[in-house]
Amino acid sequence: MTLDVARLRKDFPILSREVNGRPLVYLDSAASSQRPQAVLDAMNDYYEHHHANVHRGIYALAEEATALYEGARDTVAAFVNAYDRSEVVFTKNSTEALNLLARSVGDSGRIKPGDEIVVTEMEHHSNIVPWQMLAERTGATVRWIGITDEGRLDLSGLDDIVNERTRVVSFVHQSNILGTVNPVSQIVRRAREVGALVGLDCSQSVPHRAVDVQELGADFVAFTGHKMLGPTGIGVLWARRALLDELPPFLGGGEMIETVTKNGSTYAEAPHKFEAGTPNIAEAVGLAAAVRYLSDVGMDEVLAHEKELVSYALPALESVGGLRILGPRTAVSRGGAISFSLADLHPHDVGQVLDELGIAVRVGQHCAAVTCTRYGVPATTRASFYLYTTTEEIDALVAGLEHVKRFFRAA
Amino acid sequence: MQLESMYQEIILDHYRTPHNKGLREPYDAEVHHVNPTCGDEVTLRVRVIDGVVEDVSYDGSGCSISQASSSVMTDLVIGKPVTEAMETADEFLALMQSQGRGEPDEDVLEDAVAFAGVAKYPARVKCALLGWMAWKDATAQAVARAAEGS
Repeated sequence: MTLDVARLRKDFPILSREVNGRPLVYLDSAASSQRPQAVLDAMNDYYEHHHANVHRGIYALAEEATALYEGARDTVAAFVNAYDRSEVVFTKNSTEALNLLARSVGDSGRIKPGDEIVVTEMEHHSNIVPWQMLAERTGATVRWIGITDEGRLDLSGLDDIVNERTRVVSFVHQSNILGTVNPVSQIVRRAREVGALVGLDCSQSVPHRAVDVQELGADFVAFTGHKMLGPTGIGVLWARRALLDELPPFLGGGEMIETVTKNGSTYAEAPHKFEAGTPNIAEAVGLAAAVRYLSDVGMDEVLAHEKELVSYALPALESVGGLRILGPRTAVSRGGAISFSLADLHPHDVGQVLDELGIAVRVGQHCAAVTCTRYGVPATTRASFYLYTTTEEIDALVAGLEHVKRFFRAA
Repeated sequence: MQLESMYQEIILDHYRTPHNKGLREPYDAEVHHVNPTCGDEVTLRVRVIDGVVEDVSYDGSGCSISQASSSVMTDLVIGKPVTEAMETADEFLALMQSQGRGEPDEDVLEDAVAFAGVAKYPARVKCALLGWMAWKDATAQAVARAAEGS
């Protein structure tokens, strides 16, 4: 059952490179994962043999390109168990998916002054700012579900925060900064009770566990290709077809229309209504290849491997004197992104010295300033894992952190 | 090891024992600057009397580079005429933007020459500039206010 990580790592060309004369230890997959050769090959093959614009030409290349692009939609739809392929809208990334949703929900007239939009204190900025912008446009208010000291959502006041004024509840499935996996059903149920739209930012969950949108029961879900072994420039908005049908388009232009006259235009059906202009065709092809790679490995195997890594890493990191973990300190309902502070050292300094050792971690606020403020830290260091991460790399991180402390003569 | 070119001992000394840290009265202008990518922040006060930087005090949090740079900056600008201090700031900015190819003038920059190595790390340049930019902003405000008042 366990992954043959050594064999699997050979599929990722970049993992064999060196940094500063040392083997690369890549612990920043929560920011962006690396790509297997199969993804690079699929994109190259597309450009070398099949490229043309999609949904237009009647010649062979155009048909092939269209089949590949629409085939990618089928692949993604099956991967997250969408009810229908038309529920999968390709976007640039999760950020664009959430902006699309927020903008179109606003334009639909669903949000009125005095209405409320609910997010949580562990959101990525991409699931905060579009809603703040929507609230500003409409006179609505953004309300926040808090976090406990242990790094879990504080749902004790859920029935008050999500109430009859709530129109949208949008929350993160798996936190990019704390690693927390949130209890979806409880929040979705409450949103349903008050008739609010409910959606999830699945940017950190779809890459790391089997996600079934039907099981989640939400109205919309956003995720991005580059965090799940795919290329940059391709993301996904999944939404219920009825919602997509109700919402007005986001961007206007080619591809998204049915008829255009000087007096006005009518729009194509979902998903094309939301895909104005020439899409990122090669990137969709690359994403489909990434999905096939992940499916071949098995998402349950990916999850099990990462659970092992987290169970290994948590005590190993806490053995480092002065290290404090932000977020759950057990592997229960927790993904493989571990944020921490180290003595009184600034994460920038920690990351810089680790880089000298070939170890790539993320330092800063992780686009989660609200979470940092909640815990009173200006920034954190974050190590994040994926299917290619090894326990040896975690050992290297732990040794690296001891080296950091010696370098700065920290207590 | 390349790292020592960035973390010169003089930088680490200023980091461990910063000069002029802690906000002081009186002051003519106060600014708050942040570095949004990493969460570094500084609140900085400037006192200008007769065109001379009388005092600079600051508080904030950040990495060793930003903290040490602010400390070195205060040593360099306090007591200098504003025009001369601005020239020093420009010299430091030029050094930081040199991508590591700058040859700093030690007579002008004194301890700040230690930051030459930082210029090789693009991600850290803004850390080194945080305090300087805050000082320039606050000083410009203080000078403008003095001009209004006269």
